[in-house]
Amino acid sequence: MRRFLLISVPYIWLLALFLVPFVIVLKISLSDAAIARPPYMPTFDWAEGIWAFLSQLDLENFTWLIEDDLYWKAYLSSLKIALTSTILTLFVGYPIAYGMARAPEEWRPMLMMLVILPFWTSFLIRVYAWKGILANEGFLNQFLLWTGLATEPLQILNTTTAVYIGIVYTYLPFMILPIYAALDRMDDSLIEAAEDLGCSRMSAFWLVTIPLSKGGIIAGCFLVFIPAMGEFVIPSLLGGSDTLMIGKVLWEEFFSNRDWPVASAVAVILLLILVVPIVLFQRNQQKEQESDT
Amino acid sequence: MATPVFEPWNDPDEKPLIQFQNVSKRFGDFTAIDDLTIDIFEREFFALLGPSGCGKTTMMRMLAGFEAPTEGKIFLAGQDIAPVPPNQRAVNMMFQSYALFPHLSVWENIAFGLKREGMPRNEINARVDEMLRLTRLEKFARRKPHQISGGQRQRVALARSLAKAPKLLLLDEPLGALDRKLREETQFELMDIQEKTGTTFVIVTHDQEEAMTVASRVAVMDNGQVKQVATPADIYEAPNSVYVADFIGDVNLIEGKATATGKGSYALHWRDGVEPLTVESQNIFSDGQTAHLAIRPEKVTISADRPAKAANAVQGKVLDIAYLGNLSTYHVELPTGDVIKAQTANTRRISRRAYTWEDTVWLSWTASGGILLAN
Repeated sequence: MRRFLLISVPYIWLLALFLVPFVIVLKISLSDAAIARPPYMPTFDWAEGIWAFLSQLDLENFTWLIEDDLYWKAYLSSLKIALTSTILTLFVGYPIAYGMARAPEEWRPMLMMLVILPFWTSFLIRVYAWKGILANEGFLNQFLLWTGLATEPLQILNTTTAVYIGIVYTYLPFMILPIYAALDRMDDSLIEAAEDLGCSRMSAFWLVTIPLSKGGIIAGCFLVFIPAMGEFVIPSLLGGSDTLMIGKVLWEEFFSNRDWPVASAVAVILLLILVVPIVLFQRNQQKEQESDT
Repeated sequence: MATPVFEPWNDPDEKPLIQFQNVSKRFGDFTAIDDLTIDIFEREFFALLGPSGCGKTTMMRMLAGFEAPTEGKIFLAGQDIAPVPPNQRAVNMMFQSYALFPHLSVWENIAFGLKREGMPRNEINARVDEMLRLTRLEKFARRKPHQISGGQRQRVALARSLAKAPKLLLLDEPLGALDRKLREETQFELMDIQEKTGTTFVIVTHDQEEAMTVASRVAVMDNGQVKQVATPADIYEAPNSVYVADFIGDVNLIEGKATATGKGSYALHWRDGVEPLTVESQNIFSDGQTAHLAIRPEKVTISADRPAKAANAVQGKVLDIAYLGNLSTYHVELPTGDVIKAQTANTRRISRRAYTWEDTVWLSWTASGGILLAN
């Protein structure tokens, strides 16, 4: 009985905070938009009974998503931006994590602190600060003009490039921390052993360091990819009108169009797209744990 | 026909495989190796023995190429190896932690070095199989390092470092992680493998028994200096200093002033009003010079009555008995307050033991039983 109680706590948590809201969203996505409060119909009425209620639900919104190319273009574009920025974050994050793991022992807590430090200020403010840096008369352009590297201000703000910069900046710690954890666990004598057996520094890195930090790389990539896919704040603050991301579309459907059913349908599809990498991530975590024991 | 004794260090024509010439290594202010000169010959099983921090690991890492000497030169087969990076030295190392690649199977671990050489696939297969046979690991080829026992991991590490048939194999505390029984078995296995492959082995250890068991010669190190290089028997029977005598095995040290009483014979005055000890010594002492008599407990005989013809005999009381099963060590306190250890083999059952605590006994030893050392 006690065991049952203990196990039931996380399940009740999941049920109340994930499954129930999801069912509500799913229901709204199958409804029709209406000028009412809430802005959709049908609403459940005890008098009419459950069947009358269910018979009014349809897949109309999902067909709409397929017919209008805005949506699948936004999904594809989000997928592309999320993938590209995940790879960029990996290329920036890996050397940082590697440097941290190689740093003298007494420096490491401080370096770790520096990586985590940005979390202490609001995410919104930090993204907003990038507007000041990337704007045409911003710090970056002023610096480039001053050094003579550019003769006229570069248009970075309100482009997809700015979105990439924003995503890489924001999610970098999520990439660094798991990779650092993997590299920190690694025994330095493995690299010496590889060199002793005929590896150059470079091949020892490819044959030993990379495979042994694979778990961290995969975890970091998922931790960046999954939230980047549905990212809304960064593209709306830094991106331009041509930066199409599904998070932004979702926002507009909800708040500008007040079309809750279509917005819910967009959210349901987004969730389905993300379920695939999330399941893969879980699998990877499980495999890691098994190989550790 | 007797097999010739393996003693290349006594043969002036023999060229050493490894030569350390006045090698020093400093890390900042700290001197890890201090002006070290040593020769190691081909097919030797050479042990570097010393307490932790004595520089033995640094010496090994210089041979492997992970550290460069601050001063002096190291030659391998007559060639200065300072400019050769570790991945191009015909030297392989077995790491203390084994450093097995956790993501590779036993087979792939052993094949790792061969693949880097670009050896053809079928030759790699043959060589790895040979190594697996040599270390009796055939059954575990497909396992990952975390799926095998400590002793098996140790053998994988050995197989991996031997696979490339190095001129020189370095073993850094190779048996430290094994329990006693397994360690003893593995020591003999190591000697066997060393003989079969004919590879020169240099082993680093702080375990003197291990060094004595496996090595053809032992270098006793302390504070970055080599105190003595000799065969295990010489190190034990003829240590050249109090440090070496004390470091290897158990020893009684008696300090006194030496007076010559004849050719190679001395009287050691060690306490006022006590009969001087008679000692034979190859080392020369001037009259009145301070000398230390080092005598091993097993060379001291214990008896109830004063032995008739002993060169040295002292009387005392049994203070402590250390019973080791096969041996017993008696700690005997003399009237002067000194404690001398005597060891006897327990040839009889313990219930028939002749001496017990507080018994008055005589300790005696011959003039040549001990060795007289200046410092």
